[in-house]
Amino acid sequence: MDFLVFQYPMITVQACLDGILLGVLFALIAYGMALQWGVMNIINIAQGDLVILGGYIAYFMYLYGIHPAWGVIVAPVIMYFVGIAIYKLVINKVVDRDLFISILATFGISILFMQLMNFAFGADVVLANSGYGTTMLFDSNVVLPNSKIFSAFISILFAACLVIYMKKSKLGRAIRATAQNARAAKILGVDTEKVYAATFGINAALCGVAGALISITFTIHPYMGLPYTIRSFMIVIVAGLGNLPGVAMSGMGLGVFEEFADYILGTEFRIGSVFLLLVLILVYRRFKLSRKREYLK
Amino acid sequence: MKNNLILYIGILIFGLAAPFLFPAFKVQLSILCVLIVLATTWNIQGGEMGYNSFGNILFYGLGMYLCASVQVGMFFPLAEWTESGGEKTFVHTPTQFFQGMAVGLIVAAIVPTIIAGLIGYSILGLRGHYFAICTLGLGVAAGEISGGIEIIGAGQGFTTPPFPDVGSLEARGEFFYFLSFFTLILTFIAVRSIYSTRFKLILNAIRDNEDKAEAMGIETMKYKIIGWMISAFFCGLAGGIMGGLVGYIDSTDVAFDGREMGVFMVLMAILGGKGTLWGPIIGATIFHIFKEGFWTFFLGWQYVALGVLIVVIVIYFPEGIMGWLREKYPERFGEVVDEKDRKAQVELK
Repeated sequence: MDFLVFQYPMITVQACLDGILLGVLFALIAYGMALQWGVMNIINIAQGDLVILGGYIAYFMYLYGIHPAWGVIVAPVIMYFVGIAIYKLVINKVVDRDLFISILATFGISILFMQLMNFAFGADVVLANSGYGTTMLFDSNVVLPNSKIFSAFISILFAACLVIYMKKSKLGRAIRATAQNARAAKILGVDTEKVYAATFGINAALCGVAGALISITFTIHPYMGLPYTIRSFMIVIVAGLGNLPGVAMSGMGLGVFEEFADYILGTEFRIGSVFLLLVLILVYRRFKLSRKREYLK
Repeated sequence: MKNNLILYIGILIFGLAAPFLFPAFKVQLSILCVLIVLATTWNIQGGEMGYNSFGNILFYGLGMYLCASVQVGMFFPLAEWTESGGEKTFVHTPTQFFQGMAVGLIVAAIVPTIIAGLIGYSILGLRGHYFAICTLGLGVAAGEISGGIEIIGAGQGFTTPPFPDVGSLEARGEFFYFLSFFTLILTFIAVRSIYSTRFKLILNAIRDNEDKAEAMGIETMKYKIIGWMISAFFCGLAGGIMGGLVGYIDSTDVAFDGREMGVFMVLMAILGGKGTLWGPIIGATIFHIFKEGFWTFFLGWQYVALGVLIVVIVIYFPEGIMGWLREKYPERFGEVVDEKDRKAQVELK
């Protein structure tokens, strides 16, 4: 086997570093998914499309001459209201219904968003050029774009802010209480409807940040949403709900896996390998649990 | 019973006469037959068994690729066919075409069934939304991977053998119509006979409470796998026919088209009413008429309309047409209703 990865150790280092920086972004999206999954018990298939929409906001700022890095501030604000709107229109009608209904409903939203973005922004692969240059490491053998380092840094910053916000603020406490027991929270005077809306909005805002960062570091395209949904779903089921270090670790692990799959199998199988990995992880979990006569639920 | 017999004979006569009555709609009618097959078989495990799968598109696409590959590969080298764009270099004689199609359809039905049996044990152990997402992943993964395989055309697609010249211009449409209509009848008979046995009750028991069903001594895993295999058999068959009908296979846009066909089958079954025999058939017919009638008016906005349609149906109409009829006229479904009780329930709502 003459894979480049194994012959040149520097490429391995490159793949690992790329993967970790990418994985931090995945972890940010997955954090949003874990939040709304834990609080509202909804799996949002449209998660990836919210990410892409956030990316387009940054891209449009770039087109109009504003530095796309400001998208990190603007995109979450806009996406927060988009999230609230989606919640008011669709999600609040499926919150306490069968899970499959919510999956199908968000799948519909996903198709809707995909196509609307296709109409509004065109079917081209675009990226917002941040002009940050690159960093060379190890005698120029490892090349890291500064934009990736920037995006990882911003992701960690936002995640940290959110964790502190959830711990300290009143709304954060209300969200955590609702996640633990919605009924009890209601009895104790928490307006769960408001909490749900805020949760979905925060989730969408996180997606907006991640999308803005993705538009700087990678490329965006209207149909690229679903892989982000699947990645974040995968990260959440590996880490478990409410396990933040786990989310971060498995996000980075997934990033490294993807980079290696890219080098070894070829770029055309990259997305395919992500989806296959999801199936394998689920099957592995299922066999592991079935020994204890339990199942994933 | 007598009513039903007249109904069946009427539908049969209509089906046989349809291509001659509406010669312009032959392709549409064939697609309708394929859609009904897909919706009905999705309903076996989606509606009756309660395992909502987004992954039946896997078997559909697999059948499509297998049927076309066998049809070409039996007589010509497959790699050269896809390399040269196929139909220009090699030409099937009518005998070769029909032989290839027959063998191809058999392979297209058998192989997905075996695959469903093999992966069934691992996948069907998942429940609820994990199952739904896992099958969604399977379908997309299959599309992405088949898009990278050179021998079946990779990204640029795969042309299925063109219909041979048998003297009549109408022959192609009629052949595919009767093929799909025959498959539809086969599916209907199979599903109907399944639904009149204990097997259906077991599937319903699994849907209603799997743990309890297992505690009652039913080997749920065995029946779940069998149910999925039946779905896979007919999905593969439908895929094979659809491949010949469309004439061109692309990995993500035609074969493993989770965004279109994969959602359609779920949507049709839900629109008609999950867990009923006639629901998916009615749902598919209405959906197809709506799609063909209004798609052209939306002019590129059809996916937007599809997204809205999914959300609206799922939120406001999850019981489907049959479910709605059942609530309205329970006597017609053989349910004995206590009038007082019903009124009380209506008031409660």
